[in-house]
This record gives sequence, C-alpha cells and structure tokens, in this order.
Amino acid sequence: MTKIIELKNVNKWFDKFQVLKDIDLEVAPQEKIVICGPSGSGKSTLIRCINRLEEHQEGNIIVDGTELAENTKNIEKIRAEVGMVFQQFNLFPHLSILDNCSLAPIWVKKLPKKQAEEIAMNNLKRVQIDDQALKFPGQLSGGQQQRAAIARALCMEPKIMLFDEPTSALDPEMIKEVLDVMVDLAKGGMTMIVVTHEMGFAKEVADCMIFMDEGKIVEKAKTKEFFENPKSERTKLFLSQIL
Amino acid sequence: MNLIAKPSKDNIKTYVPIGLLLVSLSFLDVFVNAFFNFNLMGFLPSQLSYFLPLILGYIGFYLIRIEFSGVRSLDILNKNINSNNFNALLTLFTIFIIIKSIPPMLDWFILEANFVGNSKDDCTGDGACWVFIKVWFNRFMYGLYPDAEQWRINTAFLILFAVVGVSFFVSEKLKKYFILFLVFVFPFLGIKLISGGSFGLEYVESAAWGGLSLTFIISAFAILFCFPIGVILALGRRSSLPAIKYISIGFIELWRGVPLITVLFMSAVMFPMFLPDGTFIDKLIRVLIAITLFEAAYMAEVVRGGLQALPKGQYEAAKSLGMGYWRMNALIILPQALKLVIPGIANTLLALVKDTPLIFVVGLMELAGMIGLAKTNPKWLGMAMEGYVFAGLVFWIICYAMSRYSQNLEKKLSTER
Repeated sequence: MTKIIELKNVNKWFDKFQVLKDIDLEVAPQEKIVICGPSGSGKSTLIRCINRLEEHQEGNIIVDGTELAENTKNIEKIRAEVGMVFQQFNLFPHLSILDNCSLAPIWVKKLPKKQAEEIAMNNLKRVQIDDQALKFPGQLSGGQQQRAAIARALCMEPKIMLFDEPTSALDPEMIKEVLDVMVDLAKGGMTMIVVTHEMGFAKEVADCMIFMDEGKIVEKAKTKEFFENPKSERTKLFLSQIL
Repeated sequence: MNLIAKPSKDNIKTYVPIGLLLVSLSFLDVFVNAFFNFNLMGFLPSQLSYFLPLILGYIGFYLIRIEFSGVRSLDILNKNINSNNFNALLTLFTIFIIIKSIPPMLDWFILEANFVGNSKDDCTGDGACWVFIKVWFNRFMYGLYPDAEQWRINTAFLILFAVVGVSFFVSEKLKKYFILFLVFVFPFLGIKLISGGSFGLEYVESAAWGGLSLTFIISAFAILFCFPIGVILALGRRSSLPAIKYISIGFIELWRGVPLITVLFMSAVMFPMFLPDGTFIDKLIRVLIAITLFEAAYMAEVVRGGLQALPKGQYEAAKSLGMGYWRMNALIILPQALKLVIPGIANTLLALVKDTPLIFVVGLMELAGMIGLAKTNPKWLGMAMEGYVFAGLVFWIICYAMSRYSQNLEKKLSTER
C-alpha cells in the first residue's frame, strides 16, 4: 500500500532538549491515527512537524511524495494539502466566519470569490454552523469556533487533516459537538492524525493508536489491541489513569 | 462635646440646604470679585474677607458630605469631588482658579482685543491685536506663493476635500478606487499643479511655498510615505533573514537616535556635498525625505509593537492554510496588528504634523515659521503672542480632527462583541 505520510528516524531538539527520538511512522491514505500520551511527550510537536510548523533536525519526513527539508520549495503547497486544527482554534478574529473559510481558497488556490464562498458555505453546513457565517469569531461559542476552524481547514480540500488536541480548550458540553463533526469527517474517508485524550472517540474511529512518552513512540497498535491488550507497562499505567 | 452633629442621613434635610448655600455663597463671592472687581465681604477685616470664600466653601462641603445619603446626585458629587477634606479643598481651589481666570482671558481674547484696522497702530486696546492675523492671513496660508497663482493651491485642496467628501457616500467598491486615486494619483497631480512648470502654468519654486498649505503638503507626503516604509521596517526587524533583520535594526536605531532638527540640517547642508557636481535635488524634497525616514523609524517600532502583540497561533493558522510570508502578513497579520496600534499610529502621525515647524532650520516656512517671520517685521513687532496663539489653535484643530478620526476608525474596525 502506498503511504501518504512517512517519517523515518526523525529526531528533533529544542536547544539541547530532545523532544522527538527516532520516530518512525507510516500513514496510509484514509487511515485514522490517534496519538495519546502525557503532556510534554512530544505528540503535538510530532504532528506539527508533518506540516513543518516545526522543523526537524534529523531523519526524513515525506508528505504526499515530497520530502520536507530545509530547502523544500513550495512548503506552502504541502501545507495547503494538510489541514490543521489547533487547540486554541486560531480563527482570524478580524474576519467573519465566511471570510475565515474563503480567504485561503481565494488567495492560495486562486479560486474565484463566488466559488470559494460556495465551498465555504458547504463546509459550514457540514459542520452545522452555516447560520453563523456572517458573524465574527468573537461572537461564537468555543464549540462553534472549533467547528468553524475545522470547516476552514476543509475548505482547502486537504488530503490529510491534523488535529492538535482539538477539544482540550472546550467546555465539557461543547466537546461532543466537535467530536461529532470529527467522527463524521472520519467516516467520509479523510486521512486523519489526531492528538487527543478523548478515548471514546479513539475507540470509535481510530484504525491505529500511538502512545508516546518522552519523545518516543512507546507503543503502536491496532485500536482494539491497544485498549484490550497493551504491551508496555507505561501504556497500561497511562490507560489506567485516563480511562 | 460635639457642637454640631456629624452630617448624616438624620440631619440631611437641614445640612444639605445650608451646605449648598454656603458653597454657592463662596462661589458667588469669587465670581463677583473676578467679574465685577467688587468684594462682597468687603465690610469684614481684610484678612478674613480674603479667605472667607475658602472657609465658607470648606464648611459647606463638610456639611453636605453625607455617606450613602440615598440622593443619587449628591452621592456622585461626594464621591468624585468631595470624598474628604483635602479633596474638598482641591475642588474649591480648582473652581476658584477657573472663575478667576475667565475674565482676564475673556478680556485678552475678545473684550479688549482689536479686530478692525490694517496696521499695528489700529491696535489701541489692552487685549490681543487680531489685526495682525487678519493682515498676514494670506501669508500664513500660502507663504510667499505669488498672489495671482494662489488659486492653484486652492484648487488642489478643493479637489482633495471634494474627493474625500464624496468618498464617504459612495459604495464600498467605488471607495477602493477613490482611495487608490488619493494615494497614488492625487499627490503627484496636486504637487504638479502647485509647482507648475508645465501645462502653461508658471513655475513656482518650492522656496516660495509656505504657510499652512506647506504644513499640509509636508504632513500629507510624509504620512503617505512613512507609513509603508515603517511597516516594511517593522516586518524587516522581525525577519528570520539576518541581513534584512540587522539592516532594519540599524536603520531604525540610527534614525531614532538623532534629533529631527539635526537630520533636517544635514539634509539641507551636508547632503548636497555628497552629491556629484551638477546634480541638484530640491530642498523641499530633501526635507521631505528626511522627515519621512525619521518618522518611518518611529512608525516601525509602533507597528512592531502590534506584531508582537499577536498570538503565535495566528501565524501558524495562516501558514497551515498554505499562505506564504507576504500573503500571511498582508491578509492576516498586518490587518490585526495595525488595528491594535491605531492609537500609537495616530500618536506618531500627530507628532509628525507638530514636528513640521522645525523645517525653519533649512529656511522653509510653514505656518509657525511664517508667523515667526511676520512677528519680526519692524511694523509688527511684539505680536508673538497673537501669532503663536493662532498657530496653536490651528495645529490643535488639525490634530484634534486627526485624533477623532483615529478614534472613529478604531470603533469602526472593532469586531469585538
């Protein structure tokens, strides 16, 4: 099977502190991977390396056939194919929700404004906030903002979606509405890498679970096996604490 | 041994009217004294009559200082200007000084001032000689620009005001073209109209320009150019490319560290020495470049403040959508950063306008410079007060208008809830 993302022997340091240690990871198209682990274990850094918001110092990262490196031209092109959803939503507060969604298609993909707005409205409908399209981010609830952020990423029609703790900054009653959207997206066949502690979500959609600790991938297993029969002691401890 | 009970809710009915009466009496005394030069309490010993308003007011304020009186206006009054004895005294002093200073100011500005006539000799009163402003008004507006050609300046400004005025009423789409015209076409059209030399217009050299019109011309051009340069420098200072970063830092720190008056002097005196023989750059243009670069350095730091205030997430979100450096800055970062620093930008631009009088060091005379020249005219000696009061008023009007505009802009651009 062809791989859409390949990480080989990736190492990364923040100054002298090593945050990623010998990471090997392959992701097939349409595969859903959930990464969990204690804070500071490097999970966010790992997925931020995949669209090069962070640079790695050693090893190879190949996304959709292009290797990410110092001299990679057109890093923007790869980023346009990799959607990202942040913990803090990071919507653009000076633009309406509709403009948030249509801006990148207009300026990066050079779509005509009308078409871009059509795509934006379709995606907003998909995440069920099309009625909020003309409001500004500051006027929406956290859950609505995060759904808008997902819609914004989808408007670029990415091949891969990265989620960096998408529900950690939300009130409990808003988590579900965001997770529902993500489940829906997963069922639509999107390739997804999700950093989250929502184990219910993981059990429902993930093909594969990864547990990270201290910059290393401690355990990688099929979802069912991961929960029913974790191999390492560290994973068992972690699961016992959060389940 | 309380001679009088402490003011409280119980005695509010008697204390408040008495208190208010005493306070009013004290104000009335000062008022009559200031406006009619008559001492109401003249029958008292001189020391006592001098301090009586203060004593009356003080007692009055004491009597009405009732906590939680239940009367809204009284509570507000007490809280703001009468919260304790010291504040009551401060309040009294402030009001006395204001009352006392009104009559002399009124006298100087209006009552004793002279408005009619054509020469200094017509100014016989003790007040201001506004004849000076009237006689020199034309020079204050146009400098030494030939009278017969002044319609050109008027036309240029009329076009400007007309375009700006109309642009408020047109649709958003048309507005874009109006702004493009104002920024990219009008300045050069206007300058051509004023300087002449073609289209059958007589050439008027820039040394003859002056007065308020020159203030406007210099301010407008400097604002127009210093803003984009400042933004580029601000971005440059945060660039990840060391060469660009250090050039920006060097530029900003160099220009920020030198007084404007020095910069202007150098632009006029030293700069031509470095030019090859035979080349000549107009003095006004040199001064404009100097002011522009000087203010751009300040602008850069203001804008950088805005850039630093934006959360990192905004950069990351823009990048993750595939935007490159320029698109990210133009569409996401700068619109937010500039909005954040509108007060700072307004500050810098106001300072720029108020710095223009310094161009006198190179012999150019805008409004304040023209006034400085006029007051040294042998026939009009001793008119510095009138002149500079006038200059102050004009500058204040300009700056206040700019300040209001910036406040409106802030409100308009706000997308907060």
